[in-house]
Amino acid sequence: MTRLRYTLFGIGALGLAALLVWGVAGLPDFGRYAGPYGDIVSKVVEPQRHMANAVTAVVFDYRGFDTMGEELILFAAASAVALLLRETRDYHVDDIVDAVRSDAVHGAGVLAAIVTLLLAFDVVAHGFLTPGGGFQGGVVIAASFVLVFLAAEYHAYARIGSTSFAEPVESFGAGAYVGLGLISFAFGLAFLENFLDLGVTNRLRSGGSAAIVNWASALAVAGGFLVIFAEYLEENMAVRYGRKQLR
Amino acid sequence: MIPLQSVAILFSAAGALCVVLARDVIRQAILFSLYGFSLVVLFVVYQAPDVALSALVVSGIAYPLVLVSAIARVHGERKRRRE
Repeated sequence: MTRLRYTLFGIGALGLAALLVWGVAGLPDFGRYAGPYGDIVSKVVEPQRHMANAVTAVVFDYRGFDTMGEELILFAAASAVALLLRETRDYHVDDIVDAVRSDAVHGAGVLAAIVTLLLAFDVVAHGFLTPGGGFQGGVVIAASFVLVFLAAEYHAYARIGSTSFAEPVESFGAGAYVGLGLISFAFGLAFLENFLDLGVTNRLRSGGSAAIVNWASALAVAGGFLVIFAEYLEENMAVRYGRKQLR
Repeated sequence: MIPLQSVAILFSAAGALCVVLARDVIRQAILFSLYGFSLVVLFVVYQAPDVALSALVVSGIAYPLVLVSAIARVHGERKRRRE
C-alpha cells in the first residue's frame, strides 16, 4: 500500500517538476519588460493628468473603478467583522484596569502617535507626487490610533477610536468615492473621469478630481481598519472583563 | 540580477520558511511581520516604492495586529472556560 502511494507520488512529482522546468525555461530574460501598457502609461500620465506619480494616476484615475471595487471589499470585510463579533459584551468600562501606568510611556506614545498621524497625512496628501496615496496613508492613520492604545491603553483609545467614530468616517469615505464618480456622470463624463482643473504638475494642488478621490479612499481605508481594530479590541476586553459584572 | 536583488530574494525565502516552520502561533505572527518586512525590502530593491509602502503598512501593522488580537481572544476564551 505504501509502495503504491510512493509510486503515485513519484509520478506526480516528476510530472510537476517537468512542467516547472519547462515553464521556468520559457520565462523572458530577467528584467525584460514586454508589456506595452507600462511604457504607454509612463509617457501619457504627465501630459494627460498632470501627476508625477504614475502609479497613483493608474489607481485613482485610469483604473479608478477597479479601486472602487477594492475599497468596497474592505468596506464589506469591516462590516463582516463587526457583524460576526457582535457577541453580548456585558463588561463595564469602569471595570477595565489599564495595564500601562508609566508616565514616560504615555508621553512618548502619544508623541509617537501625533508624529505618525502627521506622517500619514503627508503620505496621503503627496500621493500623486511621491510614492504613497490614500490606501497606504489610510492604514497609517489607523496605526496612529493603535499607538494610542499601546501607550495609553483602553480608556484613552475607547474615547478616540471607538466604532461610533470610525464607522461614520468609513462610510463617508466610501460614499464620497462613489459620489465623486456620480458627479462625473452629472458633468456628462465617464465614471470617475476628471472634472476639475488639473493644476500644475509637481504641485500639491495637481491631479484634478483624482486628488479628492485619493482623500476619500484614505478616509474609507482608515475608517475600515479602525472598525476592524476596535471590534477586535472590544471583543478582547469583553473576554477579559465580561464576567466582572455578573459576579 | 545585481547582488542586492539576490540577497533580498534569499532573505524573503528564508523568512517564508521560518513562518511555515514556526509552531507557536504568536511566534508565527511576529515572524510573519518580519517576513513581510523582507518583502518590503525586496520591493524597494526592485524599484516599486508604492507596492513597498502598501506591503509595509499591511504586513507590518494591519495583519499582525488582527492576528495577535484574534489569538488573544481565543486564549482568553480558553482561560475563561478553565476557570
